[in-house]
Amino acid sequence: MSALKRTPIYPLYREYGAKTIDFGGWELPVQFSSIQKEHEAVRTKAGLFDVSHMGEVEVKGKDTLAFIQKITTNDASKLAVGQAQYSIMCYPNGGTVDDLLVYKLSEDHYLLVINAANIEKDVAWMQQHAEGDMILRNISDETAQLALQGPMAEQVLQKLTDTNLSEIRFFHFKPEVKLAGVCALVSRTGYTGEDGFEIYVKPEDARVLWKNILEVGGDDVLPCGLGARDTLRFEARLPLYGQELSEDISPIEAGLSFAVKVDKPVPFIGQEVLKRQKESGAPRKLVGIEMIERGIPRSHYPVYAGEEKIGEVTTGTQSPTLKKNVGLALIKREYSDLGAEVDVEIRGKRLKAKVVSTPFYKRPKI
Amino acid sequence: MNLPMNLKYSEEHEWVRVEGNKAYVGITDFAQSELGDIVFVELPSVGDEVKQDEPFGSVESVKTVSELYAPVSGKVVEVNGELEDSPELVNESPYEKAWMIVVEMSDTSELNKLMDAAAYEEMVKE
Repeated sequence: MSALKRTPIYPLYREYGAKTIDFGGWELPVQFSSIQKEHEAVRTKAGLFDVSHMGEVEVKGKDTLAFIQKITTNDASKLAVGQAQYSIMCYPNGGTVDDLLVYKLSEDHYLLVINAANIEKDVAWMQQHAEGDMILRNISDETAQLALQGPMAEQVLQKLTDTNLSEIRFFHFKPEVKLAGVCALVSRTGYTGEDGFEIYVKPEDARVLWKNILEVGGDDVLPCGLGARDTLRFEARLPLYGQELSEDISPIEAGLSFAVKVDKPVPFIGQEVLKRQKESGAPRKLVGIEMIERGIPRSHYPVYAGEEKIGEVTTGTQSPTLKKNVGLALIKREYSDLGAEVDVEIRGKRLKAKVVSTPFYKRPKI
Repeated sequence: MNLPMNLKYSEEHEWVRVEGNKAYVGITDFAQSELGDIVFVELPSVGDEVKQDEPFGSVESVKTVSELYAPVSGKVVEVNGELEDSPELVNESPYEKAWMIVVEMSDTSELNKLMDAAAYEEMVKE
C-alpha cells in the first residue's frame, strides 16, 4: 500500500490536537477538539477547515465554455466573471461522475473544483471529452484550500485584508486578494450550511494563512476536522459523493434538480435520461428520515416498508444541532411522502422511522 | 490516561470492578477518548445472559458505532438506565457514573484472562 498523502497543513495538525484518519488515501484530521464542539462553533461563531485535499482543474481557451456546457448539468453560460456555480458531471445513463464548483475567472478561463477521491477519474473523464481550443490542467498539487465557515467568518477574515469582503456576495469570489500578506482567491461558498469563505492559496502559503486566521480569530474560531464537516453538510442536506451521489445515483434522485438545467440550449452528457427523470419522476428519491424508535441510522442500513426492502440510508447520525437521530435515505418514490412510516434495520432489528422534510438545518435569515 | 489500579481490563477496552460475585462493567478512559463524543448507548436488559468476549451492546459516537464485548460471562442483574438519556457520561466519567451493566458472574475464573492496569496500559501504548 502506498503512503497516505498529506496536505501542506499536516505539520501543524499535532499542535492543534488533531486526530487523523485515512480519508480516501489522505491523512486528514477527523477532529481537533470534539466533533460536537467544532460543529457548534461553526453554527454559532466560526470554524477553520483544511480542505487542501480537494481537486482543482484549470481550463483555458476559447472553447472552454462549450466544453463545460457539454460535461456539466448546470448552465455555465449564466455565469458572470467572478461568479461560481454548483454543478454536476453525469454519465450518459444519468449516474454521477462527480459534483463540482465552476468558477469563471475570465471569459475563456475557468477553475473546476472537484472531490479529492475523484481527481484521477474526473480528469480522465474531462480529457476524454476535451475538444477544440482549450487547455486542461490538473493543478490540485499546486493548490491548497482552507474553509472559514460560520456567522463570524467575515468579521474574522476582514481583519487580515484591506479588500472589502462584504462586497463578495454568496457564490461570488475575488481572485488575488491579499490575506495576511498572502495572495488568495476568496470565494463566498462552503459546505456547512453557514455563511463563510473557501480560500484558495499556493501550498507554501497555506500554513501562514492557517496560523493567522486562528490568531486573529482567538476564541471565535476553532480548527475543525472532517467529522464536523460531515455533520454540518449533512444537516444542510449538502450531498457527499459516494453517499448521496454515485455512478449509480443521478442528481435528480438525489434532489439536486436545481443544478440540472435539462432545457439548456446546448446538449450535455446525460441530458436525455435526466430530462425524463425530471419530468416524469425518478424511481427513487432521497428523503429525510427521523427515527421514532431508539436508534441511529447509518450509511447503508437497509430501509423497509413492511417486508419490502425499499432502499437504504445514505448518511445518518445524531444531528448535533437538533439532537435527533436522523438520516438521508434513498428509497422507492412511492414510499417517500412526508410522514410515511418506514423501518430502518439497525444491527438486525427493524426500528420505526418516518419521512421528514429536509434540510434538517437552515441558517436563520438576518 | 486515567487507569484505576483496582480495576481489571479487557483487550476490547472494557473495565471490570469486582464486588463479590458481581462485576461492574464499563469502557475505559482510552476507549471513550478514541471514540469521541458518545451520543448513544445500547445495553441489554436485566435478566439477559452475556458471554465473555461476545457483544452485549454498542456505543455510538457522532461518527462511529462500536460494539461492546462482555469481559465476563453471567446474568445481567443491573443496567445503568441513566446512560439512555445522558450518554455523554461515558466521556465525562467512564469509571464512575458510566458503569454500564452489573453481571452476576457464572465463572469467576474468567477474571484471570483480564489484565491489570499496568498490562492494559502497555497494550494501548503499542
